[in-house]
Amino acid sequence: MIEQNLSLLLVVTPLLAAPVTAMLPNGRSPWLFTLIITWICLFLASWQLSLVMDGSIISYELGGWAPPWGIEYRIDPMNAFVALIVAGIAAITLPYALRSVEQEVPREQSSLFYAAFLLCLVGLLGIVQTGDVFNLFVFLEISSLSSYVLIAMGKKRRALTAAYQYLIMGTIGATFLLIGIGLVYAETGTLNMLDLHQRLQPILDHRTVHTGFAFIVVGIALKLALFPLHLWLPNAYTYSPSAISVFLAATATKVAVYIMLRMVFTVFSSAFVQLTPTNYIFLLLGIVGVVLASVSAIFQTDAKRLLAYSSIAQISYMVLGMGFASVLGLTATLVHVFNHALMKGALFMAVGAIVYRVGSSRLDEMNGLGRQMPWTFAAIFIGGLSLIGIPGTAGFISKWYLVLAAIEQQSWLITAIVLLGSLLAVIYMWKLVEIMFFCPQSNSIPDVKEAPVSFLIPMWILVIANIYFGINTELTVNIADTAVRLLGVTAP
Amino acid sequence: MIDIILGHYNYWIVILLMMMGFYTVISRSNLIKKIAGINIFQTSVFLLYISIGYVEDGTAPIIAEGYTTYSNPLPHVLILTAIVVGVATTALGLALVVRIKEAYGTIEEDEIHDQDMSL
Repeated sequence: MIEQNLSLLLVVTPLLAAPVTAMLPNGRSPWLFTLIITWICLFLASWQLSLVMDGSIISYELGGWAPPWGIEYRIDPMNAFVALIVAGIAAITLPYALRSVEQEVPREQSSLFYAAFLLCLVGLLGIVQTGDVFNLFVFLEISSLSSYVLIAMGKKRRALTAAYQYLIMGTIGATFLLIGIGLVYAETGTLNMLDLHQRLQPILDHRTVHTGFAFIVVGIALKLALFPLHLWLPNAYTYSPSAISVFLAATATKVAVYIMLRMVFTVFSSAFVQLTPTNYIFLLLGIVGVVLASVSAIFQTDAKRLLAYSSIAQISYMVLGMGFASVLGLTATLVHVFNHALMKGALFMAVGAIVYRVGSSRLDEMNGLGRQMPWTFAAIFIGGLSLIGIPGTAGFISKWYLVLAAIEQQSWLITAIVLLGSLLAVIYMWKLVEIMFFCPQSNSIPDVKEAPVSFLIPMWILVIANIYFGINTELTVNIADTAVRLLGVTAP
Repeated sequence: MIDIILGHYNYWIVILLMMMGFYTVISRSNLIKKIAGINIFQTSVFLLYISIGYVEDGTAPIIAEGYTTYSNPLPHVLILTAIVVGVATTALGLALVVRIKEAYGTIEEDEIHDQDMSL
């Protein structure tokens, strides 16, 4: 019974839970309820992944309407993998969120806060599960609208302007996607992804299809924060409540990467990518993004902002992988989606812990904190190593595959750029380490205690996962490889 | 030539509205005007979908005697959903503007920027 409806339950459970959460009395009960729901989602997502891991496919017809007329949830290893990332990060953010949110969000808003959190989770899981492009747009808007709310709940007033800026840019992006879907629908008369793929193949040279594709790619690129459409991201991550920074940094852009892969490779095809200059655009924007975002990260004076710019750089790596349009390149992208969620989750959690104790994420207020908060500092250190891509950490694996993909296509420039990006990451992470460990302590805040255990446990679970998936790559790489082969990538 | 202009007049209106809305979002610094621009932009997309669903001589898709051609109802349904999304976006955007006004005392983007920078 549950197994048959698994893919739908994963979306419906948090959807039904959200209004219930909103009606719960303020305080800790909404948090507890949300925690239980996210753990149920994690359980369902792992179950789902175990069913499709061997490359089989679950097709779920909503309301019994057969596709392509009805909405279909079509689960292959890629969906299940990304769904697991989203559900996993949500489940691990929630224990962390309790005290952080109590400090940053007024008590009378706590039930609404967790309701918005669940809605955001619904949206992200829905995007991942659905096999219908219009359904995808609706879920995208659900997740975006709730994330605007969540960001606006930040303590500083700049959270409001950050949320507003994100709202404007996010809505433009979503509307672009809608235009693209409309044009493609006008050409084919279908909205089901698989059906679209089949009907688009004979008409790939039509101008309407090209226009629709351009709108879709630009729309998703806005959500993805692909350079040069990344301007909303640094403010949104910097001023949102810490728990939300963790959750959004680790999931929202990853889901956008998933949409891009799905749209470009499943709906259109890798043949279409070869036919058009799409892969060159991806490669070009990826290269510029890696370099510029990493350089910007070096000059930031706020730890959260620094990590946000580093996120843009990491997203550019994923886009580089897409630009290769090869099995190795896309495997690198998917593995990096997973690994980046782990490392950015850990790093944002560590910075959030500092915000909890010090009240600010400005670098000049963090002098010498490493000695007072040794566990948090160690998490930043190991997370930083993973971000740089030191062997033995998860970050190394994805960089390794990316370099392999670049060498396979003999693009030495991109190999060099990937390595340069890592060097720049050394500089900005070292800046953080230097300030926290080697600078003398400032006298203004005399006694800072280590972060509470409810912060340290989720943080260290992610840190240990960073090391574990750096040594045992079987799970991530195998799933990514199976998923990419199902995408039908033919190019070398 | 005239056929291209007149025969597709609804699409020309869509493009015109789209550009108007988009330009308003980019060029105005008043936060409410930006929301209005986004609204126009979204509305143009609604029109685009409805134009796609048009079938020549088609009537509303209700089975009745004497009618055999119906316009395509699917885009209409899609746009109902998109309208709801648009309403939610507008409401949220305006609510944010109210909060921004309370926090900054202005809804002009450049003045807000100046206040943020002076900190």
